[in-house]
Amino acid sequence: MIWDWAFAFEILPVLARAAIVSIEATLIGFALAASLGLVLAVVRIAVPWTGWTISVLVELIRSTPLLIQIFFLYFVFPKFGVVLDAFTAGVLAIGIHYAAYCSEVYRAGFDNIHRGQWEASIALNLSSWTTFRDIIIPQAIPPIVPALGNYLVALFKETPLLSAIAVMELMQTAKIIGSDTFRYTEPMTLVGLFFLAMSLVSAVLIRSLERLLNRRTMR
Amino acid sequence: MGIRTLVTLLIVALGVIAALATQEAYSLFLPGLLQGAVLTIEIAILGSLLAIVMGVLAALARMYGPAPLRWLATVYVEIFRGTSALVQLFWLFFVLPQFGVTLNAFLVAVLALGLNVGAYGSEVVRGAIQSVARGQWEACTALNMSRPQMLRRIILPQAFVAMIPPWGNLFIELLKSTALVSLITLSDLAFKAQQMNQNTFKTIPIFTLVLLMYLAMSLVVTIGMRLLERRASLGLARGKAA
Repeated sequence: MIWDWAFAFEILPVLARAAIVSIEATLIGFALAASLGLVLAVVRIAVPWTGWTISVLVELIRSTPLLIQIFFLYFVFPKFGVVLDAFTAGVLAIGIHYAAYCSEVYRAGFDNIHRGQWEASIALNLSSWTTFRDIIIPQAIPPIVPALGNYLVALFKETPLLSAIAVMELMQTAKIIGSDTFRYTEPMTLVGLFFLAMSLVSAVLIRSLERLLNRRTMR
Repeated sequence: MGIRTLVTLLIVALGVIAALATQEAYSLFLPGLLQGAVLTIEIAILGSLLAIVMGVLAALARMYGPAPLRWLATVYVEIFRGTSALVQLFWLFFVLPQFGVTLNAFLVAVLALGLNVGAYGSEVVRGAIQSVARGQWEACTALNMSRPQMLRRIILPQAFVAMIPPWGNLFIELLKSTALVSLITLSDLAFKAQQMNQNTFKTIPIFTLVLLMYLAMSLVVTIGMRLLERRASLGLARGKAA
């Protein structure tokens, strides 16, 4: 028989534990991406001469494969005497990669702020820190939350790449089960179903979040 | 970024590769990496072609197909968008043989990446077709065109222009995803880099070259798509003015 239910139930707890590692990597990676992306986008506006450097940096990060960036960080840090464990290096690479994407999202959010808001802030003699914190960011962030949500889902789907540097996340665990038992069908399919379920659920969540935000801004 | 900046960036990237190639620490790795890059490009091109075919077919099936075809296309799109590319690659590589279908790694790579990007592409195609102004559809109906005629002569040529930028992004995604095939034993650019790194521990020269090579390839795709977009929309603007 191709599909063995008993075996599938046997490996389910092992995979569930590994799924927690995947979700941890997603949350830490996204927290890093969202905050670093915001910093990049703000610096770009607040310090005009960095604009060119930041856009080249973003272009560089976005047009090279994440897998190579993960390898690079994992192998390059030890050269400078900093030994990172695989999980840290991998999550750092994912966070930086998605920070480049997120910074573009924030930039679009900032571009949508009416010019009068900036001018009024200058007229009121607000410092650029206060302008960002109290005027721009509260208006710019809500409309881009769905876009950020989409990147959260995309980032989650990239976590299997961590298996390439032997982080014991979902994919690596499934591969090990497969090579130990010579049964790949159940672990691989279960991993696929897990990702499918998570993506479908988050798609629904993002859509309702979008509706909620639309209703708030309409008022 | 403007097209001029992109071209400048490409020239700089190629220049840096050429300059590094004169140094022995770097030139040592170049032949092997170039060999890997050829495989990367092959997979990227074949994958992109498959993605275009799948994207158009799935979009048309979802919009105009009979119910069973529509469901099939929806299931395809949801499965390939909902799971990650690496999972799909491993599933085709490790699980499919257990059902008696053994494909070689190259075919698995092209299939997995093409099907994955095709699923995203179908949404692009669908969006572009729906973005064509309603008056165009109504005019077709008024002229008594059949649906295939309408699509082929009026709708698709206009939708094509709107599709170019998002397809450009998808081609870049596909190009970057080819690095994953190194994990199913294909010796592409990423695989060569990994292999050389394990043999020599010269991480910085190897990965610097590899990153620059991927950057150059992505830039070529971006610039090509920009030029295509410019050409395609030029024709459209002329049509409007006349």
